[in-house]
Amino acid sequence: MELTQPWPWYVAGPLIGLVVPALLLFGGKVFGVSANLRHVCAALPVPERRKPGFLRYDWRRTGLWNLVFVAGVAVGGFVGIRLLSDSSLPLALSSDTFAALASVGVEDVTGFVPRDLISWGALATPIGALMVIGGGFLVGFGARWAGGCTSGHAISGLADLQVPSLVAVVGFFVGGLFVTHLLLPLLLS
Amino acid sequence: MCTDTPPYQQGDGLPDDCIDTEQVASDVQDRVLAEGSAPLSLAIYGLLGVGVGIVFTQSQVVSWFRIYEMFRFESFHMYGIIGSAVATAALSIWLIKKLNLTTVHGEPIQLSPKEWGDSRVPGARYWMGGTVFGLGWALLGACPGPIFALLGGGITVMVAALVAALVGTWTYAVLRDRLPH
Repeated sequence: MELTQPWPWYVAGPLIGLVVPALLLFGGKVFGVSANLRHVCAALPVPERRKPGFLRYDWRRTGLWNLVFVAGVAVGGFVGIRLLSDSSLPLALSSDTFAALASVGVEDVTGFVPRDLISWGALATPIGALMVIGGGFLVGFGARWAGGCTSGHAISGLADLQVPSLVAVVGFFVGGLFVTHLLLPLLLS
Repeated sequence: MCTDTPPYQQGDGLPDDCIDTEQVASDVQDRVLAEGSAPLSLAIYGLLGVGVGIVFTQSQVVSWFRIYEMFRFESFHMYGIIGSAVATAALSIWLIKKLNLTTVHGEPIQLSPKEWGDSRVPGARYWMGGTVFGLGWALLGACPGPIFALLGGGITVMVAALVAALVGTWTYAVLRDRLPH
């Protein structure tokens, strides 16, 4: 079976890490993607008095650069997925992972997401809805509560040796391990 | 920077207003924010984003399968990426601080420390919010950056995930005062 090989970690990791000094040196900006979810909420055309205080601020002033940055990430996603990848092949995952996927009944392992679970069709099933809608909701809620996501805490925060960020990253793993080892096997069996 | 300060007494050098670091910092902050929204600056942020999107997809960190594999500890790939990204960024930040580097516009670079918060439970927002985020990360298989990359790559169901994430953000905003921080 042909598999899609990733760029090696020692190429991708340092490139992602260099985004932190690039943003700092260029404009004193801190790498963090999830703040954009707040900026989008703040930008929604809802009367100011009906917004919670947390969403009443000048999003153009503080967030426009970051919204443009994630628009760029979406363009990069188009280039990477549509132009540089073949989504008819599975990714080069470990054989243990393929075995685990087969054992929980995930048959289609091609592309970037499992279509059996994450697709418009799967959205009509309770498990698909939980993964896409439930997962999305928890990502948005948790990122703001924790004050950052993988980029803000695990990369920017840890790189600046911030202990609160380390606590947040431990939390990311507590939640992730619970889902992967307890919840998913229960739901998919 | 001192043009709007009232006349001051001659004597021991600069007037207090000019060495009021807090005031200078907010001046600086305003200028940094203004420069960040200039068309050329925005173009650079956008191009950086394109590069990040390409690295995210080509290293496969946007894939649900890679996140699943990571949480099952079955490959070093994701740990290698996050670890080397942190090491590279940490070394860069150390150098920036060591050499007192400024931005290309000559402004000082400030990294504000994360606050511990005032909850009775120390760091409540970090471990509670972090755990909630982790639940979502493993279910959806994507954190906020990858959501945007997948959307751009034509995985349109991520529109539903993005809307759900916005609803989650709004819900947090409503409940914020009642949550421990």
